[in-house]
Amino acid sequence: MIRARCEVLSNRRTGRYHSLTLVAPEIAEDAKPGQFIEVGVPEGRDILLRRPFSIHQASRRGGWAGTLEIVFDALGPGTAWLAEARSHDVLDVVGPLGRPFNDPGDLSTCLLVGGGYGAAPLYFLAEELRAKDKAVHMIVGARTAERVFKPLEGKRLASSLVFTTDDGTMGELGRVTDALPSVIKRTGAQVVYACGPNPMLRAVGEYCRDLEIPCQVAVEELMACGLGICWTCVVPFIALDGRGWWNVRACVEGPVLNAARIWWDRWLGASADDQTPPEGFTAAPEPQLAKPWPR
Amino acid sequence: MMTEARLDVDLNGVRFPNPVLAASGCFGSGREMAGVIDLAGLGGIVTKSVTWAPTRGLSTPRMAETPSGMLNAIGLQNPGVEEFRAKDGPFIESLGVPVVVSVAGTSVEEYSQVTLRVRDLPGVVAIEANISCPNVERRNQVFACHADQAAEVIGAMTRLTTVPVFAKLTADVTNIVGVAQACVRAGAHGLSLINTLLGMAIDVETFRPRLGAVTGGLSGPAIRPVAVRCVYQVAQALPETPIIGIGGVTRAEDAVELMVAGAWAVQVGTANFFNPGAVAEVAAGIGEFLTRKGLAGPTDLRGKVQLRRNVPEPAHRRG
Ligand SMILES: Cc1cc2nc3c(=O)[nH]c(=O)nc-3n(C[C@H](O)[C@H](O)[C@H](O)COP(=O)(O)OP(=O)(O)OC[C@H]3O[C@@H](n4cnc5c(N)ncnc54)[C@H](O)[C@@H]3O)c2cc1C
Ligand SMILES: Cc1cc2nc3c(=O)[nH]c(=O)nc-3n(C[C@H](O)[C@H](O)[C@H](O)COP(=O)(O)O)c2cc1C
Ligand code: FES
Repeated sequence: MIRARCEVLSNRRTGRYHSLTLVAPEIAEDAKPGQFIEVGVPEGRDILLRRPFSIHQASRRGGWAGTLEIVFDALGPGTAWLAEARSHDVLDVVGPLGRPFNDPGDLSTCLLVGGGYGAAPLYFLAEELRAKDKAVHMIVGARTAERVFKPLEGKRLASSLVFTTDDGTMGELGRVTDALPSVIKRTGAQVVYACGPNPMLRAVGEYCRDLEIPCQVAVEELMACGLGICWTCVVPFIALDGRGWWNVRACVEGPVLNAARIWWDRWLGASADDQTPPEGFTAAPEPQLAKPWPR
Repeated sequence: MMTEARLDVDLNGVRFPNPVLAASGCFGSGREMAGVIDLAGLGGIVTKSVTWAPTRGLSTPRMAETPSGMLNAIGLQNPGVEEFRAKDGPFIESLGVPVVVSVAGTSVEEYSQVTLRVRDLPGVVAIEANISCPNVERRNQVFACHADQAAEVIGAMTRLTTVPVFAKLTADVTNIVGVAQACVRAGAHGLSLINTLLGMAIDVETFRPRLGAVTGGLSGPAIRPVAVRCVYQVAQALPETPIIGIGGVTRAEDAVELMVAGAWAVQVGTANFFNPGAVAEVAAGIGEFLTRKGLAGPTDLRGKVQLRRNVPEPAHRRG
């Protein structure tokens, strides 16, 4: 991981989103699908913290060699400022950060499920999987047609692709999870990768867990540093043996996590206190003090 | 020719190669940062606070960005002192940068037990007592908010170890000088000023608090004037006691301001999050500042605030 001053090559609109291409050869060289970068905001503003963005594309060869592309929605002051970036502006970037999606190993049929700008890193993943001769199927969903991310690129990359929109303006009416059962059945998907809003990841993850299909999700949680030093970005994660849980950092242990081990109720539920742990879950015994606590 | 300033500092026997340390909870133990930056430029590292048992901390959202600062509510997440010894102990020993272990707890007994488990770690030059924690034996009152409870913890810790103990105080009190004096009487070698200020932020669209824990600690440039004031007041009352100034340092000038107010050294917290090189950059900047001013070292700044004559007692004049 490195910190670099990166020149903006271009900043374009793609539907609802902004697509920013940076000259970042060292970061592009190492970047893997699922990883992210942290972009610094300028000094002298009352916002301080870097903004995290998934890597949509890292080109190592060809005319675009050494470039990195991110896609974002201008929602608040940081992304609004970034939307104004012009060619030749220089940004302060740290990356690549976090754990990428795992290689599917022997499994050969992959289903990639993206919601909103969450589809961005999945196109990068689709390219890598195709280079390994895996069958790649996709479901890409969004609230409305203009938020369906780069539909043509999706069609180019996937052997089969289903679009869903909440308002029916493109593809099937409904959510990605409405399309999920039939697509899994039709494609015989052996592994599922997902990126998008956290409630979507939960629905996909829980469905796959019930079918015992391995599922990796790239989560989002508020991040103050992206480096593993502030502990703001945590996700409750169940131990490998199912006994006990720990808050893992989305920026270093994630953002890609095994969906079956995320304790979704605790993480996304309304109240964290009155939740029953998932089935088969036994809390690890609390360690005891060397001697009893004095009263 | 101008001679270059020396940066090393001596806090009554606790020595650092330069006066800028990484603040607790804002740098891990340094292990996470070893691959990111060159740790050699650091004056020292204060570890994330360690408690007796593994602590999972609070539910997310754990942070909210606010103007020129941030609120955090982490809840002291840490793996407990045994795993800290096993995982971070060897790293600290091999580091070559002085390390201060931050100790936290919810009872006097817990602070004591943790102190016993960290006092012998090689590479540890001091212990910082994070006493901005609730005291479960006293209706969850925060230790650092009550001079007697603060002194009780510091007294218990200093009786157990010859490693110098710094008491880290909060500014959320009416009389920080009183708490500082009580800690020094109880054996504190020095004082770390200040911890985060308790704050709250609400999303006005949903009417929900922006932190999972409702309230949390404010840090960053927004709190720097409060830190400067606390350092100044305590330094005036306790000129012989080493003070480490903390709060909103992002550049060398900020560190200089705290030192002129009376700090012997400073810590950098939140700035590490957006500038991983902040600690070393601030240290280097202090060197340049001293050289430019023709000063020999950081002690030439300490407490050198120039008060105008015949100024009325400033403490309570607010406008
Ligand atoms: C690993 C990761 C990958 C991401 N990838 C993308 C991406 O590819 N495209 C994209 O448009 N957005 C992405 N996001 C979300 C993006 O970081 C936020 O939309 C952005 O930080 C908002 O900043 P702001 O100043 O515009 O908004 P504000 O809401 O004003 O931001 C205030 C604070 O909250 C944080 N924040 C706000 N929303 C989010 C969020 N959803 N997730 C994390 N932090 C948030 C900001 O970083 C900032 O510190 C990603 C987030 C994470 C954690
Ligand atoms: C995310 C975060 C975690 C922190 N954790 C601790 C901690 O574990 N122990 C402690 O004594 N102080 C902790 N602090 C307080 C800092 O050490 C420091 O006192 C405070 O942030 C003010 O300095 P700053 O403005 O430079 O950040 C934490 C601060 C932040 C922002
Ligand atoms: S964002 Fe700081 S630890 Fe993950």
